[in-house]
Amino acid sequence: MPEHSYTSRRELDQYRFTPWVTVLAPLACILVQVEAPRLWPPLSFLDLPLLAVIFFAVSRRSPIAGTITGTLIGLFQDGLTNHPFGIFGIAKGLIGYCAASIGFAIDAENPINRAVMVFAFSLLQSALLYFIQHGLLGDHSFPLMPLHQLVAATANAVVALPLFFMLDRFKVRE
Amino acid sequence: MDSFFVRFKNSLVLIAIMVVQVVALALQVPRASDDLPGAHADGRKVSLLRYWATAVVTPFERLTHGSSLNVRHIWSNYIDLRHTREQNQELQQQIVRLRQEQESFAEDAAQGRRLQALLGFQQQYISTTVAAQVIGTSGSDRSSMISIDKGYKDGLKSDQAVMTPDGVIGKVRDVWAHNAQVLLLNDSTSGAGVVLTSSRIRGIVRGSANGQLLINNLTSDSRIKVGDKVVTSGGDKIFPRGLPVGEITAIAPDPQHQPYTAITVKPYANLSRLDEVLVITGIDSVLPPAAQQDAAQAEAAARESKRAADLVAEKLPSLPQESTDPNNPGANIDNNVGGVAGIPNSGLPRPKPPLHPDRYSPGAAPPAAGLKPGAPPTQTTPQL
Repeated sequence: MPEHSYTSRRELDQYRFTPWVTVLAPLACILVQVEAPRLWPPLSFLDLPLLAVIFFAVSRRSPIAGTITGTLIGLFQDGLTNHPFGIFGIAKGLIGYCAASIGFAIDAENPINRAVMVFAFSLLQSALLYFIQHGLLGDHSFPLMPLHQLVAATANAVVALPLFFMLDRFKVRE
Repeated sequence: MDSFFVRFKNSLVLIAIMVVQVVALALQVPRASDDLPGAHADGRKVSLLRYWATAVVTPFERLTHGSSLNVRHIWSNYIDLRHTREQNQELQQQIVRLRQEQESFAEDAAQGRRLQALLGFQQQYISTTVAAQVIGTSGSDRSSMISIDKGYKDGLKSDQAVMTPDGVIGKVRDVWAHNAQVLLLNDSTSGAGVVLTSSRIRGIVRGSANGQLLINNLTSDSRIKVGDKVVTSGGDKIFPRGLPVGEITAIAPDPQHQPYTAITVKPYANLSRLDEVLVITGIDSVLPPAAQQDAAQAEAAARESKRAADLVAEKLPSLPQESTDPNNPGANIDNNVGGVAGIPNSGLPRPKPPLHPDRYSPGAAPPAAGLKPGAPPTQTTPQL
């Protein structure tokens, strides 16, 4: 006879990570992101820090943790650009919150779901960056470039699958 | 009340974090008066945050750059030497050709410098540069910045021009002890004063969000052509005058800024693939000693070539010299047949009068009009 318990699906699929992985994995993504376009310029299409935000937010399923993780990674990215601090911080903080919230509703282990999710969040981040530049900073010279964003979102979705598979090994069930 | 915070804690945390960031963003936005080339938008605290972010990344960048440099060194110095001999020959030929060109330009350059000195023009020569290696990028396609492995300990300062042998690439933005960030010309917040070399029209080249270089402060002008070369004007006080920037690849009306045109400039330097750069750390009003030496050598070589040509010309047979009297340039025009008076060499040369004339001498025969058919020979008729 099957054993029933009161453990919810949320609790079943909720994971945590060791502090080392929590710090080093996003840092590695940022470092590779900084170094890769120097070796091959088209790699600047990728946004590995965004993939790290989505992965950790979906795995932890905590909107607060997702928001904080996204904000910190985004602010770090802002520090390496010539933009004011907060552009990537706001965008990635919101993405972290949304990814953690969506993690309750879908099967985040399914590769197709993962690819679609990353594609959608890449486009959402582009839209948020466009809004921040136009709406908050009043920089109307910032173009939307839809084709560029679609290519970037597709590239992110393709890279996300092996990256998430690799990061799955560091998950620890709560 | 307690349950409200517990129930909406996720949303409240999100709102709080977003509000803090929006306020921080608003505090960092530069005022319109600060939006000038060379103006530094960052405050001290923001610079400190950037320093922390860069300090975390730089050791890794140096490590990977050092490793890739070693691999490239082994490859290029020990393995990939197939075409070295041919390249060496080509380079030798190029040196010879460039030396000849240098000789031909030396006199004009010296004359130009003398005239500029006479007119009191302020000259700008690059006196000192620091070579630096590119160790990283900003990691975002929305920000065209690179990191280099030299900092203020090597003499770098903010707003110094950075170039490659091909042309200008940007300016130094933030400088720390052993590294610095360079804002590339194609970043949307970057710009430089430029001159179009064929028409001498001045403009401002700016970066755009899609990484192109644009001049969009000029109205339509028929003198601006595709293929025109663009060099720095020196008016921005950052880039010295005359450094190559790029060439015009497209001219189109700018729908957002009528009546201005959008002139697209293709940079000479490949801004997406930079390995080594030169930071211009010093500008002087006199030619640097090494350049002076080169110029003197070129002038001496040009003088030597001219003297050799004169010696060869003296030894070769030539036509009689024209009158050297400037007041009477057509003095020996009588020796010419036809031509225009006062213009030397405009007619055929006439032979000089004979020293011992005889019946065969030109002009000794009577004119043909005075001769009659069947008439007895005159005294002047030859006696055979």
